[in-house]
Amino acid sequence: MSILVILEQREGNWHRMSFETLAAAGRIGRDLSLPVSAAVAGKEVAGLAGSLSGPKLEKIYAVEHALLEPYTPDGCTKALEQLIRHAGPALVLLPHTYRVRDFAPKLATRFERVLVSDVVAHKIEEGRPVFVRQLFQGKLNADVRFTTPAPNFASIQAGAYRADAEGERGAPVETFRPELSESDIRTQPKDLFRESQQGVDLSSAGMIVSVGRGIRERANIAIVEQLAKELGAELAASRPICDNGWLPMERQVGSSGQTVAPKLYVAVGISGAIQHLVGMKGSKTIVAINKDPEAPIFEVADYGIVGDLFEVVPALVDELRKAKA
Amino acid sequence: MKIIVGLKQVPARDSLLRTGASGRWIDESDLAFEINEPDAYALEAGLQLKEKHGGEVVVISAGPARAAASVREALAKGADRAIHIEEEDPGRWDTLGAARLLASAIAPEKPDLVLTGLQSDDLGYGQTGVVLAELLGMPHATIIMEIEKLDGSIRVKRELEDGWFQHIEMPLPALLTIQSGFSKLRYATLMGIKKARTKEVRRLTATELGASPSASVEIERVYLPQKSKQTEILDGSAKETAAKLVERLRFGARVL
Repeated sequence: MSILVILEQREGNWHRMSFETLAAAGRIGRDLSLPVSAAVAGKEVAGLAGSLSGPKLEKIYAVEHALLEPYTPDGCTKALEQLIRHAGPALVLLPHTYRVRDFAPKLATRFERVLVSDVVAHKIEEGRPVFVRQLFQGKLNADVRFTTPAPNFASIQAGAYRADAEGERGAPVETFRPELSESDIRTQPKDLFRESQQGVDLSSAGMIVSVGRGIRERANIAIVEQLAKELGAELAASRPICDNGWLPMERQVGSSGQTVAPKLYVAVGISGAIQHLVGMKGSKTIVAINKDPEAPIFEVADYGIVGDLFEVVPALVDELRKAKA
Repeated sequence: MKIIVGLKQVPARDSLLRTGASGRWIDESDLAFEINEPDAYALEAGLQLKEKHGGEVVVISAGPARAAASVREALAKGADRAIHIEEEDPGRWDTLGAARLLASAIAPEKPDLVLTGLQSDDLGYGQTGVVLAELLGMPHATIIMEIEKLDGSIRVKRELEDGWFQHIEMPLPALLTIQSGFSKLRYATLMGIKKARTKEVRRLTATELGASPSASVEIERVYLPQKSKQTEILDGSAKETAAKLVERLRFGARVL
């Protein structure tokens, strides 16, 4: 029995969350005294597999087939199903990427299992893993455990485990060739594209003032814009604001927008759903202004103001002016 | 086109949540409930397709009696009829069990398209749609922002990470999970609310569908998350907190 980590690559480049999931597997493996293996799927991936470094691995499976590129949920699921039946792991760990969200529930269903998705931590109780995951957009945590025998499936949230800076290399690579035919694949993916040239590079901004749902109306954004101006900060937003068209998509921070790490990040009226947090929690100093004292944004904030943004933000602008004078 | 939209009723977005007596779920007694937001977008997507191409929109929801209010709301917004699988204790059903329950009611309808939100705002597993596709034997795509109907197939725009997108084509019948912000949500009109009263709601039970609960994943405990950072909460009036914050940013964090 072992832990099998499914790594993600696109065009020969590793998805960074692959390394975080390897680190998670290394720690869970140590805690449960289970060896760790890894697998990567694609057209020709043995070379990439051989270059991997991380926790000590028993084996790296290079799952190779021409039909695995471009990615499709049908092809990926069928290939990994065969690999898992071949390798017989106790636990399959995956990075909780958009791609994993697309195929892993299907894969787990092939084994009549439920994927425990978006895991943020683990602990061991009576020799069995208990996984911590978030409920209600991060307002509550839950400890969950499997009641089913191997194989079980879990996916790891971005940023939940720190990738190892250095690690071991040279685990043996085993090429695994799944049986796939063109008729297995029902969807036709086209090329990837971006909507517009991203005119605003928020990732290089020193300070960011970001606005969320709490602003209520488009016209109110001017209040927050004023604060950004006073600070000399870039204006950004959480997803719902951009969805409403109140600010352009290129100003969105979060998993579907930009990832930022300024020295100051001021979150105004943002509750802090995980999709937003993953895009900004690396900021050096985080300020949260929100009326809900239980908003998850306060979990990552250095300074919090529980209050009405329509009072606090103008007061803040006044104080900043005073400080400058 | 016959479109089935799966929707879940969840606690309202701004609810103050408390752990219930069992410690394994929240106390639901004083909560208001609403349609899970991504599912509301799935309904909107379904209604827009019907307006453009004709056909029927059927909503399906599994949940306790209170979920009937969300089913009515969907009918008032324009869905043609509904299936409500009444289940007083949704906690007995894991993702696979719940998807089996839904699949057994959806399959006999022989839909052209099944839509769900990409995830629920309560459990947030983000899997029901994909598992349903597998159980129904349909191709699927997730996190969808646009749907274009072609002849016997569809072309969709899928959202990827870091601002990337991709178009995908697939034959019908198919299943899509819809991203929030797909389009503006409509409100129910007075006429819609009136009409909804006469629309068909078929009530089914798990027993009638021949499905039995399963719990391959068990919640042991729910609790408030521990803070990963030492947060200093600044107290006082708006003016006082603003002054304190500026002072901290200048002399504490030294970012100003």
